[in-house]
Amino acid sequence: MNQTSVLVIVEHDNQTIKSSTYHNITAAHEILAAGGELHLFVAGSQTASVAQLAASIKGVNKVLEIQSDELEGQLAEPITSAIVAVAKGYTHLLFPATTFGKNIAPRVAATLGVAQISDITQVIDSQTFIRPIYAGNALATVQNNGQQVVITVRSSAFSGAKETQNSAQIENVTLAQLPQRALLKSQSLTQVSRAELSSAKVVISGGRGLSSGENFALLETIADKLGAAVGASRAAVDAGYVPNDYQVGQTGKIVAPDLYIAVGISGAIQHVAGMKESKVIVAINSDPDAPIFQVADYGIVGDLFEILPEFDKALA
Amino acid sequence: MKILVAVKRVIDHNVKVRVKADGSGVELANVKMAINPFDEIAVEEAVRLKESGKATEVIAVSVGDISYQETLRSAMAIGADRAILIQRPAELALEPLDIARLLQQIVDKEQVDLILLGKQAIDDDCNQTGQMLSALLDYPQATFASQIKIDCGTLQVTREIDGGLETLEMPLPAVVTTDLRLNEPRYATLPNIMKAKKKPLDIIDIADMNFSPLGQVKTLKVSEPKKRVGQCTLLSSATALVSELQAKEVI
Repeated sequence: MNQTSVLVIVEHDNQTIKSSTYHNITAAHEILAAGGELHLFVAGSQTASVAQLAASIKGVNKVLEIQSDELEGQLAEPITSAIVAVAKGYTHLLFPATTFGKNIAPRVAATLGVAQISDITQVIDSQTFIRPIYAGNALATVQNNGQQVVITVRSSAFSGAKETQNSAQIENVTLAQLPQRALLKSQSLTQVSRAELSSAKVVISGGRGLSSGENFALLETIADKLGAAVGASRAAVDAGYVPNDYQVGQTGKIVAPDLYIAVGISGAIQHVAGMKESKVIVAINSDPDAPIFQVADYGIVGDLFEILPEFDKALA
Repeated sequence: MKILVAVKRVIDHNVKVRVKADGSGVELANVKMAINPFDEIAVEEAVRLKESGKATEVIAVSVGDISYQETLRSAMAIGADRAILIQRPAELALEPLDIARLLQQIVDKEQVDLILLGKQAIDDDCNQTGQMLSALLDYPQATFASQIKIDCGTLQVTREIDGGLETLEMPLPAVVTTDLRLNEPRYATLPNIMKAKKKPLDIIDIADMNFSPLGQVKTLKVSEPKKRVGQCTLLSSATALVSELQAKEVI
């Protein structure tokens, strides 16, 4: 095996680096425990400030910057071509296990003809990883036997690296035209002023028990006092109470905050898969037999419409 | 237009899985199996495209042992016209890239215009096969689809992304993976289940294909996740909860 060298694909919005990347860098350092190089890959239509930021992160040896109009929208096809062009020589390519990373990582792996390991939660050594399967009901220890491997990293399982005064070298890479196979027509992003769900220290989530979208205001008031993010169960999303990107669970976001408050959520396997690594779990539910109480540390059985205002008042 | 839908047989999503004591995997013997929920959504979408006159034929395909015939029959009961089983020995472990390489051969042979897959299987939770197949074919991809529209050979797909939704437009042929909110799959009626038994199901032996497994990732063991310690402390009021949380220094 060659010397370990890791390329972390930076998730960004052409201005700042998403928190998922900082968690990825921590995972990269664990893979590089026995030494080796850590490079970051920044691709987009406006990369200057992102590349500067990337170069300042502790332990980064080099930043590869690829700026191109074809990378506007960060679609899978042009980004894959850009990554594949520089991938040679890296033993590990790391992506965040976000919709951004999950969309691109397998395409890169297949183009390189190598395997992809999804959603790792632990690094045993540079070739051995732990990842949850069956909605987190089992853990698989997997070993890579190839020369190169593509990995997606579950952000909530690794702490976030801190920025420092590092000044890594930034290398501008120019490539021949990148393939444009699809066109981004429109994006509708949910405007939230609160903390980001996947990196918040406190998350308060609502389920079907909230009965309507308006009632989520009860959670928002409390969230604002706690500096918390607001999440939801699939039932609440399907009922149209909140947008789909609020969803916590196997098919939504995986979170592991210090405190998770589940309000009016029964605790189906698929939801629990997305929050059971939280440090402290609180359940507020009218049904004493709801499965959520089996994973909760604290519970209140009762009417959430009485408990939430009381909770809000107690925080004041 | 021909649509190919890839389906997988998995443990039914309501079953609580048990890890085998020897750490070799999870208990599959005598466990209820079903079509992967995301794949069921993919079949439903393909059938709807056929019903709306956009597609002429829907082909379901799977890679698995002989028991997968049942999964393909359920796809045909939803409305797929015919099915292909790439039959492999039950003990042969395949990685998503292996599956993608096998599916690529079927796409080449059948000359389909659209390939639909679930975004992930609820057993391995990989979320890889669609993207890999798309890469091998060099087709455009649209993952995590919550809406699909086809007009004059152009595909418009709304995708679920972390911050909200986005809409992509791409030419056919293309690969699309389905998210939960794309549709509500229909229940297969008894007459349709009977009809599905008569629909053609071709079996191709994996040994007759030009294929050797990648064998890059080895599962060393499967274990139980850590149980959460302690029991739920029931509190009588929100005021008591706030003091507990403050004592724990989480708020």
